[in-house]
Amino acid sequence: MKQLNVILEGIGSTLLLLVRSAGYIGTLPRQRARFIEQCYMIGYTTLPIVAILSFFIGSVLALQAGYSMQNFGAKQFIGSLVGLSMARELGPVMVAILLAGRVGSAIAAELASMKVYQEVDALVTMNIPPARMLVLPRLAAVLFMMPVLTIIANLVGWFGGAIVAKYTTFIAIDPPSYFAVLRRYTEFKDVMNGLIKAEVFGFAIVLVCCNIGLNTRGGPREIGAAVTRAVVVSLILILVLDYFVTKALL
Amino acid sequence: MPDRACNPTRNPFTHQETPAVGVVIEHLTKNFDSLKVLKDVSFSVEPGEIFVLMGPSGSGKSVLLKHIVGLEAPTSGRVLVDGHDALSENTREHVRMALVFQAGALFNSLSVYDNLALYPREHQTADEAGIREKVMRALQILSLENTAQKFPSDLSGGMKKRVAIARALVMEPQLMLYDEPTSELDPVMSATISEIIATLRDEYHVTTIVVTHDRELALGVADRVGILMGGKIIFLGPPSELQHPDNPQIADFLNPKIDIKNPRFKKLETQHE
Repeated sequence: MKQLNVILEGIGSTLLLLVRSAGYIGTLPRQRARFIEQCYMIGYTTLPIVAILSFFIGSVLALQAGYSMQNFGAKQFIGSLVGLSMARELGPVMVAILLAGRVGSAIAAELASMKVYQEVDALVTMNIPPARMLVLPRLAAVLFMMPVLTIIANLVGWFGGAIVAKYTTFIAIDPPSYFAVLRRYTEFKDVMNGLIKAEVFGFAIVLVCCNIGLNTRGGPREIGAAVTRAVVVSLILILVLDYFVTKALL
Repeated sequence: MPDRACNPTRNPFTHQETPAVGVVIEHLTKNFDSLKVLKDVSFSVEPGEIFVLMGPSGSGKSVLLKHIVGLEAPTSGRVLVDGHDALSENTREHVRMALVFQAGALFNSLSVYDNLALYPREHQTADEAGIREKVMRALQILSLENTAQKFPSDLSGGMKKRVAIARALVMEPQLMLYDEPTSELDPVMSATISEIIATLRDEYHVTTIVVTHDRELALGVADRVGILMGGKIIFLGPPSELQHPDNPQIADFLNPKIDIKNPRFKKLETQHE
């Protein structure tokens, strides 16, 4: 019962934070310095790890698909499998998981330490709403950066698949053939579905991590606990939302 | 009450005058689960007054201060700041309040200059040149001109307290609250902070509430003193009445005698047995 109360309280406070932040949307133009800083934090600093992981996920997809499909004489369709898998599922989900681990944890840690060391209380007494200064620029930045990261993840993943398809002896498909099949079966709609998913995941992760950070009470130990909770809740949320958003988009 | 109570609050930068504000606390009770921290506390602070709230550690002084700035919600009772409910967000629109936190609560990711400039920037009270002038003036008042580009982590405890006061000053407050402003400071720095509190009130007529257990500060700058023990106000009056208190609890709190042969902690152990 107590656990259920905690979950409901968490959902309630997250929604309240969303409503409060949305109320300050008009202040975004004069918060552009914070918005740009958050874009840098969320997008630019996450880019290298997104690129590395996408490359190897695309590579492994091509490798596994090539190994399985050679028995059916269907290995020329590797491009379509990699293309669709990356665009519809693996691109957005993998970027979201990286975002939760890298950015979500950093947001939770920063806001939790600001709360514990009374910086958030200081903002409130200065009549500067934390939702306006700390949450809104992050939400705007993640909405802006998630499609960019996901598109890069897709492109790098497709490229990784193409390299493996060319240089693996039992596959040996040259890039023009690989990309021709990829283009034929991967439609604009598939890429858009992936981008919508990425937006939903990114927005949910940042909102939840901000809320957990801002509701931290206690001392340094609670900061660590808040980070762990933020990452775990984000990962669960990604997988739950993935099912429902995929179902809605089918 | 001194005549200064009638004086309006004067802006330290523009010298414009706004009415000084008062605080009324009515039957304030605060419980944290089963722990009763404040028990039916009532008193008022007059406009332009320096009110010092004293009491032993854990007596609920800081919790009371948080109620005044609206950071805590009462279990029952209410706090009125200039006639507005402290809990209402509109109160902070009507009354400029500044709280100097015990640990400073400076923004660690910002330089001292940016810490001070945050309030006027966010509230767009001046252009960047005007903000610079205000910030440098506040730093000058607190003798902190050389720290503008430093970060809070580079400052000593006393400097952090003074930066926190300077940050509060930039807000041009009508009501200034200090939470243990002299804790962890050496005697000279404590005296300096006490002088700053008194000067700000005398020159700018800011209503001031100070939470402390520093006897010298209380007796030196207060117009009135309240003593909070066990969640209740057990004394309310001018500091002169605290020179020879009748209440043994107050006498022991203000002038504790060190008795090595019969220490307090052993008395407490005996009482518990």
